[in-house]
Amino acid sequence: MTTRNFTRRGVMKSTAVTAGGLALPTIFTGSSAAAFTNEPTGSTVTLGFNVPQTGAYAEEGLDELRAQQLAVEHLNGEGDGGMLNTFSSKVLDGTGIMGKRVEFVTGDTQTKSDVARATAQSMIQKDGAVMINGGSSSGVAIAVQGLCQEAGVIFMAGLTHSNDTTGKDKKRNGFRHFFNGYMSGAALGPVLEQAYGNERRAYHLTADYTWGWTQEESMIAATEALGWETVETVLTPVGAGDFSSYIAPVMNSGADVLILNHYGGDMVNSLTQAVQFGLRDRQVNGNNFEIIVPLYSELMAAGAGEAIKGVYGSMNWNWQLQDEGTAAFTRSFGEKYGFPPSGSAHTCYVQTLLYADAVTRAGSFNPCAVVEALEGFEFDGMGNGPTLYRAEDHQCFKDVLVMKGAENPTTPFDNLEIVEVTPVEQVMYEPDHPMFAGGDLGECNPGE
Amino acid sequence: MLGIGKRDTTILLVVAFMALAAPIILNPFPANSAMAQFNAGYPDLMQRFVIFGIFAIGFNILFGLTGYLSFGHAAFLGAGSYAAVWMFKLLSFNVIPAVLLSIVVAALFSVLIGFISLRRSGIYFSILTLAFAQMSYNLAYSVLTPLTNGETGLQVYTSDPQYLRGEGDPIVTHLFGLEMRAKETLELGPWAFDFSVGYYFCAILMLISFYISIRIFRSPFGLMLRAVKSNNHRLSYTGLNSRPYALTAFIISGAYAGLAGGLLAAMDPLAGAERMQWTASGEVVLMTILGGAGTLIGPVLGAGFIKYCENIFSKINENVLHSWFAALPDGLETGLVWVASKFVGEGWHLTLGLMFMLVVIFLPGGLVEGGQRIGRALRRRRGQDEPGRSAAKEPAE
Repeated sequence: MTTRNFTRRGVMKSTAVTAGGLALPTIFTGSSAAAFTNEPTGSTVTLGFNVPQTGAYAEEGLDELRAQQLAVEHLNGEGDGGMLNTFSSKVLDGTGIMGKRVEFVTGDTQTKSDVARATAQSMIQKDGAVMINGGSSSGVAIAVQGLCQEAGVIFMAGLTHSNDTTGKDKKRNGFRHFFNGYMSGAALGPVLEQAYGNERRAYHLTADYTWGWTQEESMIAATEALGWETVETVLTPVGAGDFSSYIAPVMNSGADVLILNHYGGDMVNSLTQAVQFGLRDRQVNGNNFEIIVPLYSELMAAGAGEAIKGVYGSMNWNWQLQDEGTAAFTRSFGEKYGFPPSGSAHTCYVQTLLYADAVTRAGSFNPCAVVEALEGFEFDGMGNGPTLYRAEDHQCFKDVLVMKGAENPTTPFDNLEIVEVTPVEQVMYEPDHPMFAGGDLGECNPGE
Repeated sequence: MLGIGKRDTTILLVVAFMALAAPIILNPFPANSAMAQFNAGYPDLMQRFVIFGIFAIGFNILFGLTGYLSFGHAAFLGAGSYAAVWMFKLLSFNVIPAVLLSIVVAALFSVLIGFISLRRSGIYFSILTLAFAQMSYNLAYSVLTPLTNGETGLQVYTSDPQYLRGEGDPIVTHLFGLEMRAKETLELGPWAFDFSVGYYFCAILMLISFYISIRIFRSPFGLMLRAVKSNNHRLSYTGLNSRPYALTAFIISGAYAGLAGGLLAAMDPLAGAERMQWTASGEVVLMTILGGAGTLIGPVLGAGFIKYCENIFSKINENVLHSWFAALPDGLETGLVWVASKFVGEGWHLTLGLMFMLVVIFLPGGLVEGGQRIGRALRRRRGQDEPGRSAAKEPAE
């Protein structure tokens, strides 16, 4: 079967290949001249927008992308400037970032950690991105945040609501503007007490990943503090599509509140099916059966339609707020795309501006300088009132909105109404709170 | 040379040349030009090329030789990744124990699955492997969360024990101190070429895997596997029990998948459950068929092709399209962008699907057959068509 003929040419060839292979590693010993990863040297700077464009969270991802493009326009001095006009820090003047024109690259995370890391890698290694913004799922956000820490670029998290993003999995190079599960629970607690009283029995359906787990934990803590009882918690796979097999057991469980720790397409399906099963027309223990969706978004509300009427939830931001920043952003987004922005769009827009502002204030794109500029930064005019980027965990602290599905919406865009703006003091917690403990920011990593 | 025939030596040398020179071959366009969009010579993607090349080479040993179509190979890829990350968590960031353990774990796992699944053949075998892979996926996703960290993915934390970690060791994956992510950029005028340690580590393992696969193809054992494929019944009537051969092939290809999974983790120490999903199993089938099942070099080509589509086409967004067609009149530009945007960006699957259909319909032997046809056409034009080497008798290799 085998032939062995050592020709002179053959031996020489193989020797050359082997020698080449062995010699290769030696060329890696040199060091490169750049001070940090992807230092922008030309007249442009590249940002990476890594959002899900396919999969269960695609709707949110595409809206994030719209907002990110709008932010780039405003940074480059195109359009009406949006929140640049209301932002309390005035260093951004519409000439890009530190005189460099802002360019961007996009990628599709498919809501999968593996894919998201691959697209982020290609942005960093191929396109020279200095900052990655995006992520419409906490699992993905945590995975990409870890990658950015290793690679030495800044990660400005988009929509990620898990406690772990700025808790157990926090990183020095990563920042989160969005609120989290604990804040949702803390804000919803008093409203739920007022609406539904102190003697309720709650049943949780929870998306089976980091966000779902911490959201469930936070909601259990908040509701049990009111005196509620937790009947059962059931984990459901992300993107399950059909939740009927999970909803049927709720009816015989003796629970009178269903808490849906779901998001995106999953929440639309589970809420719609729960309503179709007639849960909300039921009387249990002498109470009307109620449904709660702790984390709301406009896109989900639109998807669920009639089913959300009267359902309580919480949000990071809503376009119906009355402050200047919100008005400016909603106007320029609406003029460009023809509909109001979602909460996820808002957080990505704000994060992009905050990054640009931090670079300008620091006078450098070096991630360590940016980290220093953002830690402990206090700002206003971005739609959430006075906000603090806490240095200990890189979490933003600001007011939280408690929302309710509107009974009589007049347009397709006001199907949620603001019940209460919970002041920031009420949702504040210590950095070493048990739900956030165990993490370590580590050192900032400039790469190279 | 190396105990293989002349033709195989040529193929091996061609693959070796392509693998070692990939950073240059894959970056044909200057870094700042408009065509730089199509450059694929950055470390992460090149690593994926060779890692999925290994995965497909291993799959081809099973599918190409024995004809058993496994729809569950991603389970071994995932098992390998988890094993490797656990090695990083427990021992140190050195990649050698991680890669070794990933091969062993995947091989053991494939003994179990192969032993059961190979009781059936044909479609029943495919369905059994698919079922096992989905079971593994769901286990990794939720039931075995303490072992796999569920959907978030298994990662290395600073609080992990890492018993063998020395004082000055890097805190990224390394080979005895040589960091996997280290790279040297060679700038030649407007061109920039990245030579990365991680890539060459994977590439050398890929060449070894490729060489072993050639030896298997040419061995009496490989001939036996082909006999299983061409007529399993006749083989059993001659008094041979073919199952141990098929099982061995299954284990070898499982070990290859484990190696690929281990390398994925060695390049990027995170293992997610989606690596085990059935789409990942389907992907390796696509790679093998697209490149040419049963051929030596086909799976590597197929793997490269699919990963290229996934990483390059998916990043072309409407802005990029607008800049390409900017010279055209407005209405025409918008129209063209609208049509083209369906095939790139989030629509890259559509492009891949169309390519797959075209290949299966017009080139049943995969990309390799395409190459052979072009080669023959060229030879004919030069008038050197040797009558003795007619096309039909040539095995598709």
